[in-house]
Amino acid sequence: MAERAQPLGAAGVIGIVAAAAIPLLILLATVAIIRVAEPGGGLTQADWAAIRFTLWQAFLSAAFSVALAVPVARALARRRFPGRGALVTLLGAPFLLPVIVAIFGLLAVFGRGGLVNSGLGMLGLPQISIYGLHGVVLAHVFFNLPLATRLILQGWQEIPSERFRLAASLGMDAGAVNRHLEWPMLRQVVPGAALVIFVICTMSFAVALTLGGGPRATTVELAIYQALRFEFDLDRAAFLSLIQLAITVFLALLAYRVLRHQGFSHGLDRPLLRWDGRTPALRLLDGILILFAALFLLVPIASAVLRGLPEVAGLPQVVWVSALRSICVAGASTVLVVVFSIMMALAATRLKGQGGWIETAGLTALAASPLVLGTGLFVLIHPVANPEALALPVTALVNAFVTLPFALRSLVPACRTIESEFGRLADSLGMQGWARLRLVVLPRLRRPLGFSAGLAAALSMGDLGVIALFADPDTATLPLQVYRLMGAYRMEEAGGAAVLLLALSFGVFWILDRGARRADA
Amino acid sequence: MRIPSLGAGLVLAAGAATAGNLPELTVITYDSFVSDWGPGPAVEAAFEETCECDLNFVAAGDGAALLARVKLEGERSEADIVLGIDTNLTAEAAATGLFAPHGGTVTDLDVPVAWEDETFLPYDWGYFAFVHDASLESVPQSFEELAAGDVSIVIQDPRSSTPGLGLLLWVKTAYGDHAPEIWSALADNVVTVTPGWSEAYGMFLEGEADMVLSYTTSPAYHLIAEGDASKAAAPFSEGHYMQVEVAGKLASTDQSELADRFLAFMLTDAFQSIIPTTNWMYPAVIPGDGLPDGFETLIRPAKPLLLSAAEARAARGPALDEWLNALSR
Repeated sequence: MAERAQPLGAAGVIGIVAAAAIPLLILLATVAIIRVAEPGGGLTQADWAAIRFTLWQAFLSAAFSVALAVPVARALARRRFPGRGALVTLLGAPFLLPVIVAIFGLLAVFGRGGLVNSGLGMLGLPQISIYGLHGVVLAHVFFNLPLATRLILQGWQEIPSERFRLAASLGMDAGAVNRHLEWPMLRQVVPGAALVIFVICTMSFAVALTLGGGPRATTVELAIYQALRFEFDLDRAAFLSLIQLAITVFLALLAYRVLRHQGFSHGLDRPLLRWDGRTPALRLLDGILILFAALFLLVPIASAVLRGLPEVAGLPQVVWVSALRSICVAGASTVLVVVFSIMMALAATRLKGQGGWIETAGLTALAASPLVLGTGLFVLIHPVANPEALALPVTALVNAFVTLPFALRSLVPACRTIESEFGRLADSLGMQGWARLRLVVLPRLRRPLGFSAGLAAALSMGDLGVIALFADPDTATLPLQVYRLMGAYRMEEAGGAAVLLLALSFGVFWILDRGARRADA
Repeated sequence: MRIPSLGAGLVLAAGAATAGNLPELTVITYDSFVSDWGPGPAVEAAFEETCECDLNFVAAGDGAALLARVKLEGERSEADIVLGIDTNLTAEAAATGLFAPHGGTVTDLDVPVAWEDETFLPYDWGYFAFVHDASLESVPQSFEELAAGDVSIVIQDPRSSTPGLGLLLWVKTAYGDHAPEIWSALADNVVTVTPGWSEAYGMFLEGEADMVLSYTTSPAYHLIAEGDASKAAAPFSEGHYMQVEVAGKLASTDQSELADRFLAFMLTDAFQSIIPTTNWMYPAVIPGDGLPDGFETLIRPAKPLLLSAAEARAARGPALDEWLNALSR
């Protein structure tokens, strides 16, 4: 195929600048942090404890998530039942679920007055506490068991169904199928899934903020927040940010290496029939596993909704105002993601072979945790302005930053496809610039764009990270407001606000994602 | 009932907008001060009766986090007064240079220490104590008993909360070099460490712990406001650390004269009579009609403990490291 010269155009140039700006902003934040960081006497005992806790809880969270996900994924892989598709879709929901809503739900189920403890109390068993290590791990498993299940289920589905047919014709039972087909697949898929979850858990701030308690259950990110907001010790916050940055960059590089595994050879994509699982005992086992996983996911969300729904109408004004703020932040963040991801995708397409770095540049946004980036921006802003005055713009920016890689992931391939399918036609018609974007590219980009916009809006709506670092008492977003109401033990209002937040997060995703699909159809 | 409350909110918001031409005095304080049941609403109403101004309270976490906020905002702060740090933090606060002297002469205070501070004025005081339900069996009578038993407690972070800092200095004052051992032994009693007093007390009331670090005066709230005599403060044989809560004027204020008037108002009966039954502390000046009924039921520690502001500042850093080390293990 002959290379056609395609001018970059204004959009492409902006895309290149935006792509370059991402690692540059991270670099700038890092330099700012390094300049301020004051190691003092080096790592204190408490710092070591924070590092240990960060890694240990992430390890436990990843281990439990994956260990529980393997049997659940196997059950889902070998069973067909009504509602299975809905359940698999539901497994994607925690990604959009605002963390604070999930925590409210988990408290309703596992907290002191929750369902589980009431049950234990009736049986005369000792109560469990959700604060500290157990609580943090529990919440992380809640979020990541579904992710692990999806990743591992995908592994199962990539085993060509012909192999299972062959296994059946050779008379293999479940154990033999496991040894010859499933175990090799798991060996490839599980380490990657575990590592992804491990990385996510080292960066999860809101869970540690709400369920971690005291020096024994403090992650490095929580320690950064404490240094800034409890003691206003910028030097220490910066020093701890460097530690966190070192952890995430190391893990991100490790993940990048591990995740490039090769897949199975492909089959004919026949429907999967599993002869080996047709024993009553295995059916019962799979049924129980699927039921357990579904309940573990649904009960906390359902209890949050049940507890909060009647309170929504009576929510005080301050909650509605914070909801409005969250909508504005999510809106700004979404516009940033949409505009920059389109331009970066266009730039990547127009640069052809040389465009690969654009997506990589976007990926670097994942290496800096939002809180570290936030600390860097805080350190940069503080000498010239009150960081609190910029709480909302900074939150919108950092949220956009974090979602951009996901948007690029779906937009770049889509843009490339459009270019290869319609590029020649558009060229021959002399269509360039805005006309080409409007008539050729955008209409065909609707679906991935709607999905990306929905993702950006939902993630930003539910984010409880940078805002906690920057907000003053008067400018809370809705997730921060829920956190504050929970802290003040105004549980009815917190529940109402949590349901509102849940509705807004899933609502914006649904509107943007569905809206784009409907317009496309 | 619900829709009208939203309507009332809008009317209030509109009312606030029309009050815009009055001079505005902004007081930043801790969360519980401005809560509906705290002193904030009554103090605001009482001061606005005479001041020809709009008094505006802003809540910023617990007392120690308040100081962090003042440092964060520095000269850019829009607040005029900081209300709610205590004498354990006044030396650190004064050293920031962000506060202005109160300029008044202080006489007739009923606080348990001689008052020589030229920057801060006290508005109330109390004794820290662990509060528990009367039904709790074998209530510990000292830190050693508490640490040896399995009674669960919820405490506050000394970096963000003045009660948390008070507890830190209580153990330090009572045990000196043995404080780290006490903290190590207490570690398994601590359910969680909250950022502020409000969170901790809320957790205790929800039944998440047997005891909470609060004040000897806290049972008075349950007794007087709720007619519930079931809460008690545990007397500790080591003595009880005290807290004297103070307010100070920020040097960057644009309402200096109004701020002075507020500080003077703070020590009058109009303010002080609100304190016992809203902030549930002893007033810095006992109002004309004395303490409310019910306060006589409270325990009065035989051995009060308190470090001077300078001593507290010096002790805080090392004690905090000991605390972090003991509890992070």
